[in-house]
Amino acid sequence: MADEQKPGGSAAPLPPGGEAAGQPAKPSPPKPAAPPPKPLATMAATPWESNLARDLKERFGGQIAETSTYLGQNFIVASPEAAVPILEYLKLEADFDYLVDITAVDWPKRPERFDLVYIVYSFPRNERVRIKTHIPDGYKPETAVGVHLTANWLEREVFDMFGIEFAGHPDMRRILMPDEWQGYPLRKDYSILQQDQRWVQENLGIESGQ
Amino acid sequence: MKAASNATMPDSTFLDSTELVLNMGPQHPSTHGVLRVILKLDGERIMGTDCVIGYLHRGVEKIAENRTYTQFNPYVDRMDYVASVSNGLGYCLAVEKLLNMEAPPRAQVVRVILTELNRIASHLVWLGTHALDIGAITPVFYCFREREEALNIFEKYCGARLTTHAFRIGGLQYETYDGFEQDVKAFCDMFPPKVDEYEELLTGNRIWKGRLTNVGVLTADECKEYGVTGPMLRAAGVKWDLRKAQPYSGYEKYEFEIPIRQNGDTFDRYIVRMQEMRQAVRIIQQAVANIPEGPIMGKVPKVIKPPVGEAYVSIEAPKGELGYYVVSDGSTQPYRVRVRPPSFVNLQALDRMVRGGLVADIVAVIGTLDIVLGEVDR
Repeated sequence: MADEQKPGGSAAPLPPGGEAAGQPAKPSPPKPAAPPPKPLATMAATPWESNLARDLKERFGGQIAETSTYLGQNFIVASPEAAVPILEYLKLEADFDYLVDITAVDWPKRPERFDLVYIVYSFPRNERVRIKTHIPDGYKPETAVGVHLTANWLEREVFDMFGIEFAGHPDMRRILMPDEWQGYPLRKDYSILQQDQRWVQENLGIESGQ
Repeated sequence: MKAASNATMPDSTFLDSTELVLNMGPQHPSTHGVLRVILKLDGERIMGTDCVIGYLHRGVEKIAENRTYTQFNPYVDRMDYVASVSNGLGYCLAVEKLLNMEAPPRAQVVRVILTELNRIASHLVWLGTHALDIGAITPVFYCFREREEALNIFEKYCGARLTTHAFRIGGLQYETYDGFEQDVKAFCDMFPPKVDEYEELLTGNRIWKGRLTNVGVLTADECKEYGVTGPMLRAAGVKWDLRKAQPYSGYEKYEFEIPIRQNGDTFDRYIVRMQEMRQAVRIIQQAVANIPEGPIMGKVPKVIKPPVGEAYVSIEAPKGELGYYVVSDGSTQPYRVRVRPPSFVNLQALDRMVRGGLVADIVAVIGTLDIVLGEVDR
């Protein structure tokens, strides 16, 4: 009996999204926000108390919504137009001279759809800070290339994957996907099986486009 | 008269232009994969470059969002496939951070041994191919001979040589095999004389020096500006290594030096990497001398469901800072996995390094960047 139960009864850790992801996602135009959006679960972050956090709050005031710590990692939530001035301030006044990464996270249910995340590191202080801003779809954040040259390719990748265009960027082209590709792969409404069928048909000669 | 001549003759034809656009790659033996560089040349001088990448783009970050934490683990090996163990370590550490746990001490030590062996293997691939690009054929055979020994240890440990999937979230899947310590010790005894051998072939070699010295210079400030890390940053005189700066997996317990050089040219990067291999042997020797007893797997739930949150964890991969930014929404699948690849970021500095140099230098510079296109494109 125990043998019988074993194969069927055990709750195998199946990927719940496996099937759902298989359906081709419809490129849905902005829906009339139907049901009241569910409050997203938030992470259990604690306030970040330090001289730097205090300085930043003093300098940028209301533009900084939150300075927090989670798992020992500090982050700032700032308004989108403050991101580059904060990067500049951190670089010039606080020795955060190395821009580690720029990336984005898509939260389609939120009105400000994207999290734009900057990670900076300071060699002299041996300290890492994340700067997060919430931006709606279509918002064009200012480029950080003027502050850190490395932002060039990193922002191009964000544009390529999420369709976030950076204002003032010297070379705003796709970087990993082909230039003519339609759609932004890392958006949540882009299915994992989705292709730009026309591009595939025209350039690879595959009739099904898959 | 002047106006008349202007009206009949075009200002210039393409034959009068001093600028030549030359396409290099994507299929080119010295681009180490599928990298395409569009070169603007004035004679032999490089006026500018444009990198075309993405030929190997597989959407690893998208795949991550559609797999469970455990299922995604093997995929990371396919990014930097010559340093797959490092990739796996970074990912496991990031998820462990989200779970707020640490691997047991025994697992940590075995992880260090395998990661450092992999660093040696990765540097050997770099050295062999770099020398081959420059025109020295012998080193590649020497390097792959020794790399084989390291890969054999991986194979005996977990069955795979290249894309090892050696680590699991929370520790290790496999106990070390009988004779693991002896094999590793034998490698450590065998290897340093081999490094001497490579150095004998190359370090004092006039051609080698001539091709490498003052080629592709990147100063410390430029490195920071471009986000360049790893041996390239250290060759420019910045004593920075994540294993020392923000130790992980018990690296604080080992004694080793961070080799640095001052000029930031291709030759200095060569020296730094050679010394790094020696330091890696030192770390392995210390680690293998006292592998603690105990479990190899921490207490990890069957279904990994980290609480809502996010973490950025980075390690010192052979090529530089390899970071994983993982966002959890409390489900069994990562909400977002961002890989901060050292190769991608370092490659951006290519233009700065070759501008004004000769066409032949670009081969040396691509070699010294030590890029793996699987990681650039992900």
